[in-house]
Amino acid sequence: MLGVENLSAGYELGVPIVRGASIEVAQGEVVAILGPNGAGKSTLIRSVAGLVPKFSGRVVFEGLDITELPPHQVIRRGLAFVPQTENVFAGMTVADNFALAAAVLPVRDRHGRIAEMYDFFPRLEERRSTQAGRLSGGERQMLAVARALMVRPKLLVLDEASAGLSPKMLETVFIQLKAIRAAGVAILLVEQNVRAALALSDRAYVLAEGQNRHAGKAADLWNDPIVADLYLGGAHERGGTA
Amino acid sequence: MNLQFVADGLLAGSVIGLGAIGVTLTYSILRFANFAHGEFIAWGAYGALTLTAFIGFLVGHDVAPLGPFSFGWPLLLAGIVAMALTGVLALALDVVLFSRLRARGNAIVMVMASFGASMALRSLLEFFFTSQPAYFTRDIQIAIPLSGGVRVTPDQLLTFALAMVLVVVMFLTMSRTTIGRAMRAVSENPMLASVVGVDVVGVVRATWLMGGGLPCAAGVMVGITVQIRPTMGFDLLLPLFAAAILGGIGSMPGAIVGGLIVGVAEAAAVPLVGAGYRGAVAFLVLIAVLIVKPTGLFGLRE
Repeated sequence: MLGVENLSAGYELGVPIVRGASIEVAQGEVVAILGPNGAGKSTLIRSVAGLVPKFSGRVVFEGLDITELPPHQVIRRGLAFVPQTENVFAGMTVADNFALAAAVLPVRDRHGRIAEMYDFFPRLEERRSTQAGRLSGGERQMLAVARALMVRPKLLVLDEASAGLSPKMLETVFIQLKAIRAAGVAILLVEQNVRAALALSDRAYVLAEGQNRHAGKAADLWNDPIVADLYLGGAHERGGTA
Repeated sequence: MNLQFVADGLLAGSVIGLGAIGVTLTYSILRFANFAHGEFIAWGAYGALTLTAFIGFLVGHDVAPLGPFSFGWPLLLAGIVAMALTGVLALALDVVLFSRLRARGNAIVMVMASFGASMALRSLLEFFFTSQPAYFTRDIQIAIPLSGGVRVTPDQLLTFALAMVLVVVMFLTMSRTTIGRAMRAVSENPMLASVVGVDVVGVVRATWLMGGGLPCAAGVMVGITVQIRPTMGFDLLLPLFAAAILGGIGSMPGAIVGGLIVGVAEAAAVPLVGAGYRGAVAFLVLIAVLIVKPTGLFGLRE
């Protein structure tokens, strides 16, 4: 479904942050990208979404080369991206955030789809006239994910969905991600919270210095002491005792 | 005390507010203070003047004025066409000048470039039309007495009403329509807007079209109620910025309220401290408001 082939990308010409990374996501699969800080995880998925200039390599989505597509075209192909921070329009109401996202859909489809999203996230319906900037951290994350789902994406790409959330909110968000996975949407996520990410994922890639160094089934990676020590920052031990 | 200055101030203020909406729109979406904005006012007025003459030539005879007003349908038609053309002029200026500078991401360079564009556009008007004032019509209008000894002409009432209609249309466009939401999204966070599916380049184009059309309407209104001169836009530029900042940059209701306040403050200055100080009074009001509320009356961000 998604194929990233030997991709190099970065914000400044001649300064690649992603250096020849290759990843794949199959239909309905949940894939995590792990790695130490500065490994280029976020840059990799931001470039997949069309936000970071690509220097070489290819991004193929559903058989279509989307390497050169701008972000507003990428989402129309069914690839929805949720940024890590500032991922809602704080000055707009929840309803306006939804209406903005629904504008990608055909006109006759918009109203019904917005109603569906309110059914899926009843908390947001209660807050529909509230400015997104006044929502709690968890509600904002919910709004960001709901807005991305609005367009019925085939692949949801999440950058640090757990960042800054309380443990309780984190649990809520991951329960929702499980429901999204159960609905058949593939998910590609970058996560600091390795334990939560691996629990949700089918497979994972470990990135270092802009390249993938390791890949495998989530369960195998979790039990791989070398991987844990090198790239998960000792999370294995911490996770084991937590 | 004669309340004539209030009426005069509201009339001038409605036009200033209309221009300030354009300023606040382009400032919040394109992220720079466009000093060429005033030239869209002047070019719009001269465009309507030229088109009116052209329509008159096509019709081949004098067109009677509409009702109590000083002008006929050709000026209304010319005004609408001129709004579209001034929008295209603004868009062309972006393609030729601003879009190239925007790629480098230096706002100060863009502000300076807009100063240059402003002078060039103004000089072109002087070259083609001379610096002598021009008029849509030279007919004298009889002012209608309202209560309290206030007198206004039918033209003034009409331009005030038209300005308010345009303000309401813009407000509804921004709050209720897809393009309005997309424009607000780009003004708040262009990166997120593109991820959500907004074509940012398209929004920038729409912004220039509106940011040219609105000052053109303001220019035609000044042309109807005062006169048309190549410097008419530049002279309005500081009051426009004062109104936009006073109301809170990025806020549409702020721009129109700011415009009305600046208009009334300037008009009040004439009987109180003399016409020579009217410009200064608007800025005293601006300074006072910014000391109390640095974001402006309706502003969200600094």
